[in-house]
Amino acid sequence: MTDLPRNQHIIASGLIAGVGLSIAYISFTQEPAAAFVFPRLISSVFAVLAVWTFIKAMLGRTKVGNGISAQAMRNMLPGLIVAIIYIYWAAKGVGFYTATTVAFFVLLSLYDPAPHTQLKSWLKRIAITAGFMAVMYGLFAQLLNVFTPREIFF
Amino acid sequence: MEFLFYMGDVFTPINFGLLLLGTIGGLILGATPGLSPTMAVALLIPFTFQLEPQQGLILLGAAYTSTVAGGAVSAILLKIPGAPANIATTLDGHTMATKGEGAKALQLSFLASAVGGLFGVFLLIFLTPVLAQWALAFGPSHLFWLAILGVTVIGTLDSSSVVKGLLSGCIGLWLATIGFDDIMGAQRFIFHPAVSGGINVIPALIGLFAIPQVITMFTKGRSSDDAEIITVQRHPIRLAVLEVFRRKTALAIGTITGSIIGLIPGVGGQIAGLVAYDQSKKFSKESEKFGTGHSEGVIAAESANNAMVGPSLVPLLTLSIPGSPTAAVLLGGLLIHGIFPGPDLFLNYPQVAWTFIDSMLIGQLLMCVFGLYIAGLAASVARVPHAVMAAIVLGLAVFGSYSVQNSMGDVYVMATLGVAMYFLERFGFSAAPLVLGLILGPIAEANFIQGSMIANATVGTGTYFFTGWLNWLLIAIVVASISYSVWMEIMSRRYTTKDDAVAKEEALS
Repeated sequence: MTDLPRNQHIIASGLIAGVGLSIAYISFTQEPAAAFVFPRLISSVFAVLAVWTFIKAMLGRTKVGNGISAQAMRNMLPGLIVAIIYIYWAAKGVGFYTATTVAFFVLLSLYDPAPHTQLKSWLKRIAITAGFMAVMYGLFAQLLNVFTPREIFF
Repeated sequence: MEFLFYMGDVFTPINFGLLLLGTIGGLILGATPGLSPTMAVALLIPFTFQLEPQQGLILLGAAYTSTVAGGAVSAILLKIPGAPANIATTLDGHTMATKGEGAKALQLSFLASAVGGLFGVFLLIFLTPVLAQWALAFGPSHLFWLAILGVTVIGTLDSSSVVKGLLSGCIGLWLATIGFDDIMGAQRFIFHPAVSGGINVIPALIGLFAIPQVITMFTKGRSSDDAEIITVQRHPIRLAVLEVFRRKTALAIGTITGSIIGLIPGVGGQIAGLVAYDQSKKFSKESEKFGTGHSEGVIAAESANNAMVGPSLVPLLTLSIPGSPTAAVLLGGLLIHGIFPGPDLFLNYPQVAWTFIDSMLIGQLLMCVFGLYIAGLAASVARVPHAVMAAIVLGLAVFGSYSVQNSMGDVYVMATLGVAMYFLERFGFSAAPLVLGLILGPIAEANFIQGSMIANATVGTGTYFFTGWLNWLLIAIVVASISYSVWMEIMSRRYTTKDDAVAKEEALS
């Protein structure tokens, strides 16, 4: 195992151990105590296992999980950023269908292997986006009567 | 023979139409690499909201059955298993296809799937009522241990690391406690308004299964899938039928192995296919031909992975303990209609339960018939670029999560859990025990509290939860599954180098 995954394992297991210990602390200090009987049971096991995992990661004895390579991180980052903006802000702030259309098209353009210099590939992306949105609108707005946030745009 | 009484309900126009839709859609989804049966069923749940309970279950059950079988199409024609359950099919199926026997391999796989699947559903039909009667004797302490058993068995058997598997289960159990406590009404772990009502299971399931797949597709960047579809020549179906029954040893081994493995919570189709393949090879008179495009390899693997579908639902329908992630998703599909599976299901909702089971029986036949005819179309769909697939799955996940309660909070929960799950998976954690923890958490807590109240008024907590043969049996299974997995982990590390383990993990991911 190279140092990169080892450091990643230490950070990841450290975060999980932090969450486990926080949950255990909250479970044992919050009132009413009767409401936290089951969480106390769970969080105790959670914290012990999380600390165990963290210690193993610190000692470099983690054998499962390959971590994330720098290349994979570089590849995923643009898509992840678009998805996060779309879900946490644009879907509600701009309008569900508008945000979905833009996010879908941007993701398609970011990851489609077809060359960006050809008009044909852009037309194909537009057609796929339009087709997908038509199906989504038909299914959710017309068939299932789901009322989505409209906000600024549709 | 109660199942025959409700058989007619499967053939009403709407029910049969949904069965057809689920079967054909499932075959196409199953053939698409990256769309696992669990994820396909999770994405379909929002479409069942406006259906009657049995109609929704028919759609989900048909999709479950045929996505498992549909995965064989891409395994055979593209050498990419549509789902982990089809890994063993690739070994001989793709070699057959490269030798010009693609059509024969597809026919054998669908016929073997149908035989295995029918046997599995018959097992479900005959075992479920017996176990349901037995389950009526379960008290709160037994149900508590059963819920813990569900999480630990899947946590230890489904994960490469016992500690990380159990930790995943604990994360799921903790997530289930978020929201208001049922008895005191106290707030627990409400760190954001989106989770004030607790974590809704459906958006959580969609996020945990779909979003990691979307991010995995992102990590491939702008690379194109260079898998080449092998053209399929015609092959008389009659010869394929004769071949399947001529290879009865492989068929029997696959069917029986798959059924037994299906009954064990958490083991899953991937193991069923590989174990059946291995056993058929051992018992075959032509074992040297395995791996060179031998029909027995395809028959054993495919009969096994479909034979496990029916039995994997037995613990869900009798004890309300989902035995697999897909069964957990189906449980979500039942819960949204206010139906709680368990021993009372067959008493209170016999029509729902039996129509669903009967539809799976008919679905196996439809899957075989349509599978043979639309394999070519399914293979073309399997070549959809991952950029398109990622965008479609993300869009469906967002719309599906939102439509559960018309709430953006559910979308935030779906996305947060999904992104977190992707990173957890990269560090050796598994979604299956987490999902089981999330679903079984409320069952475990309710029975733990109820049991504690009874215990305090009677014999005391220790005696109530730790005595009695059924408690002992359940505790023994929990301990045995953990011990067995720890032992297996130690043994596999003794004989596997670190490089081997890394290479194996990369191949599986």
